Amino acid sequence: MPNSLSLEPLLFELSDPGSASDYLPPLDVPEASLPFVVRPELDLPEVDEHSVVRHFTRLSQNTFSIDTHFYPLGSCTMKYNPKLNEAVAAMPGFAGVHPLQSEATSQGWLEVLFRAQEILAQIAGLDACSIQPLAGAQGEFCGLLMIRAYHNGRGEGEKRCRIVVPDSAHGTNPASAARCGYAVTTVKSNAEGGVDMDAMRTALKDDVAAVMITNPNTLGVFEAQIEELCALAHENGALVYMDGANMNAILGQARPGDMGVDVMHFNVHKTFSTPHGGGGPGAGPVAVRSILEPFLPVPHVKQHEGGEFGWDWDRPDAVGSLHGFRGNSGVILRALTYILRHGGNGLRQVSSDAVLSANYILARLKGVYETANPNGCKHECVLSASKLKAQYGVSAWDIAKRLPDYGFHAPTVYFPTIVKESMMIEPTETETKATLDAFCEAMLAIAEEAKTDPDLLHHAPLTMPVGRLDEANAAKCLNLCWTTPPAEAACESTGEPKREVAGAPTY
Amino acid sequence: MPYFSLTPADREAMLATIGVQSADELFADIPASLREAARAAFADLESGRSEMGLKRDMARLAAKNTHAETATCFLGAGLYDHYVPAAVSALASRGEFVTAYTPYQAETSQGTLQVIYEFQSLLCRLTGMEMANASLYDGATGLAEALILAHAATKKKRVLLPRGLSPSYRRVSATYLQGLPIEIEEIPFDAASGQIDSEALSALLQSGDVAAVVVAQPNFFGVLEDAPTIAAATHAAGALLIAVFNPLSLGILPPPGSYDADVAIADGQSLGLPLTFGGPGLGLFCCKQKFSRLAPGRLVGLTTDANGKRGFTLTLQTREQHIRREKATSNICSNQALCALVATIYLATMGERGIREAASHSFHKAAYAREQLQTLPGVKPLFSGPQFHEFALRLPVAVETVGQALASENIIGPYDLGRDYPELEGAALFCCTEKRSREEIDFLAETLRSILPKPKVESGASGSDLNGSGRLHLEGLSIHYLDDARTFYLDW
Amino acid sequence: MNTPTDLFYTESDEWLRREDDGLVTLGITDYAQGELGEIVYLELPEQGASIVKDGSFGVAESVKAVGELHSPIAGEVVAANTQATENPGLVNESPFENGWMIRLKPTGEANFDSLMSAEEYAAYRAA
Repeated sequence: MPNSLSLEPLLFELSDPGSASDYLPPLDVPEASLPFVVRPELDLPEVDEHSVVRHFTRLSQNTFSIDTHFYPLGSCTMKYNPKLNEAVAAMPGFAGVHPLQSEATSQGWLEVLFRAQEILAQIAGLDACSIQPLAGAQGEFCGLLMIRAYHNGRGEGEKRCRIVVPDSAHGTNPASAARCGYAVTTVKSNAEGGVDMDAMRTALKDDVAAVMITNPNTLGVFEAQIEELCALAHENGALVYMDGANMNAILGQARPGDMGVDVMHFNVHKTFSTPHGGGGPGAGPVAVRSILEPFLPVPHVKQHEGGEFGWDWDRPDAVGSLHGFRGNSGVILRALTYILRHGGNGLRQVSSDAVLSANYILARLKGVYETANPNGCKHECVLSASKLKAQYGVSAWDIAKRLPDYGFHAPTVYFPTIVKESMMIEPTETETKATLDAFCEAMLAIAEEAKTDPDLLHHAPLTMPVGRLDEANAAKCLNLCWTTPPAEAACESTGEPKREVAGAPTY
Repeated sequence: MPYFSLTPADREAMLATIGVQSADELFADIPASLREAARAAFADLESGRSEMGLKRDMARLAAKNTHAETATCFLGAGLYDHYVPAAVSALASRGEFVTAYTPYQAETSQGTLQVIYEFQSLLCRLTGMEMANASLYDGATGLAEALILAHAATKKKRVLLPRGLSPSYRRVSATYLQGLPIEIEEIPFDAASGQIDSEALSALLQSGDVAAVVVAQPNFFGVLEDAPTIAAATHAAGALLIAVFNPLSLGILPPPGSYDADVAIADGQSLGLPLTFGGPGLGLFCCKQKFSRLAPGRLVGLTTDANGKRGFTLTLQTREQHIRREKATSNICSNQALCALVATIYLATMGERGIREAASHSFHKAAYAREQLQTLPGVKPLFSGPQFHEFALRLPVAVETVGQALASENIIGPYDLGRDYPELEGAALFCCTEKRSREEIDFLAETLRSILPKPKVESGASGSDLNGSGRLHLEGLSIHYLDDARTFYLDW
Repeated sequence: MNTPTDLFYTESDEWLRREDDGLVTLGITDYAQGELGEIVYLELPEQGASIVKDGSFGVAESVKAVGELHSPIAGEVVAANTQATENPGLVNESPFENGWMIRLKPTGEANFDSLMSAEEYAAYRAA
């Protein structure tokens, strides 16, 4: 393979049979006879420990992260992940505990989860919370199952078979609704990108189980009609689900429960600083109004009268369980640590600085890029490269590919889809003004390059370990697993890849 | 104030650039009543803490838990206390890995992408399956996803889950399928062997419309099933075989690919992840490549860049929710990528020999422990089927009482099977990994002996010291089940 | 934009050709393939499958997008273009010729009245 020498080899290419270090003492019990034929070979690589360490260290260095780069992905809230969270989670008294131990031997953990349930409900302005959902998408799924159970309990389960979702919503919203067996009605946004109340009124028939909204929405705008919307849904017998992806904008500034929302999830890997880990794990605790409380998944954490904590399995109306054990407890522990470190006032400062930073970027860039936020934004601003595209053929995709050459990760591009050539920038509260300024300078410099040297942008990035990858060939000639010797290509490459002029929404 | 990067002077300068007087003005679009309510509610929350004070408080909470670092863990039931080389957490806690986002932008994420590709490749080798995805949440949700795939692939409606499958997997599957046109039915287990009741399975298959049969290898009781025979019966009925496996056991056991599983799922915790009170775990999802377009979750593929250089990218994204929305194969977005990294590093450091050793030591130590424990008065093996590293015993004393007594000796476990199986009340599930030394196992046996009532020669069995269960008949503690098992596996 | 004049067009960017033998050939337009980008996967129905009016008869996928294929007329699938399923790039290269998708035997009298002419379609897409 051309140029492959300059790349980090695969583990399989480093393998040297017999070279693996050993870690276990000799067997200290008599060997039993095996009641099965032992598998002859595993075909796993063998690499000495030092080479393993170098391999993964080098791979880590080929990765942009919050610890190394400004990472302004809109709707992803890439804020600093405090090291204290990690130190606490690594304590053996947390890391070494089995979830099926007796309650008496796991009081510390139960207290952590109980306090997280309580404080997250308070932050949401709702009555109860389950920490079990494993990510935002599963929180949505859990919330919708509870909504289903609620309507079933009122004898309206069959009739209310539909979920209304704005077209600006994250893709997990309709996908989660489908997983519950619901039909999805998509409602177009208004010209400002907000909920179109007329369209909503039309969509809200008596077969609607719930409306799913995101507030602030994916344009970074607070839905000022939220109370009216919730009242409208309730008048129609429907409930309101809120996607909490953008809670970083409104912590302590407005609470979903006060708005009229019935159930919501938090993305603790966004709002409460737990690491994204290259794609997970997250956690998606759900908070609910009291009418949904009986349906929270089992086991729930409760406090006994004597003050001890325990598992509550005796919940006959619960929707079931969403995890083989108790949820991503280690993630919840980090989130609780973050929340306690800040306290109420600290969390209000989070949203204040996050919104200030986003508006600052908007103010600095809106003269050069068009914006979907003429009246300011919350935690993220949405810019558009439409004019550059029309004048110089330079797309949001090209800009996203060029930013790494300047030392910045790209913003989210092509989402929300309702804005053409969109770039969604979320700086968070943990960046210095100097970093924000440097990012703005880079965006301005790229806009200049679009005029003077558009071709450069089409071929960016220039300084990364690889150039633009042939994604079409990856899909056509599927190679998901390395075989030794390498398999014959399943199909022939079609040569020079077509230049991608647009991208899928990338968050 | 923790973690804020703006100084008061920065804030002033930024407000001036924006053209507002105060940050409060930036929230003026939020109705005042909402703002007032939130302000009041947040004022009622606790105040922020210093790092020093908070860390001490969290350490005190941690100290209230008994943990496997200092206690001796004989508890398994789906999560296992294995040894993890020091290099694993040292590498996996590198900030570049920990604080990266999902690798949507390939050029800036080659490290993460290569790790996932290596993860997928290692899993294919370990399981003998054709493809693996980039991870799901955990084993239980992985099974639910597999059942949904089976329904999509076969258009059939019934899925058969063994009663000997982990109760939590069955509970989560039922939760996931409640809104979908898929019906779960239960395959009973044979009371003697603990394996799937094959006659009952045949009868269930005969009624038709079966999308999938699930086989757990080993099952929740630690018993190994006759997977090849079940696979043949399943395929003859036109259904898919979904194997639930323990990844570490594959160091010595035949992999799911060898008995022609269509989908193989597992919890990957035994590949180097700490217990962490059950999560984050790691859902492993493997299948035949013909199901690639129905598979849930992210996939990383190998490709080349514009200069022909090797590189990695997310692929087949059109299956996923961010493009396919309500028609996506799954709603999963965030997965357990960092846990997949841990498993990758664990497999890389242990290597072929290490994985083999960990698996075979676990087996031998469990076999030794079983020998020691079943000779105790009143203790009987529950099932005759072959076992991997867990085994069920019937105890002459309430399992809870045993657990409490062992806890006072700093021993964690066993698992009380009566919790989920009323018919198995009085039975306990023990687990041994390679971490348990002979000394620890002997200590467990001695401690247990001291708890159990002394045997009586007369079988009267009405004594209140026996929980009134009359379980104390000592029926010549046989080990002939091992021989049965050997015969049974000759066919492999 | 290439828009052959002997074809009928739908608002969802399919084209239809009435063949001499009474069959109808369907594909997607040049505009549609351009919007999708390089097509990497094409799923078409089996021969003999019946298609309902305005129902979906398959999908065309690029790396970034999915196009559902709809037929404005009901009928039975007489042939599917297996060359195109094997090499979906044909749809990009030759959307109106080699990249055709299915041939239908219409159920009853196929009604083309509601479909657009080339001129109308070009105007619709230019709007």
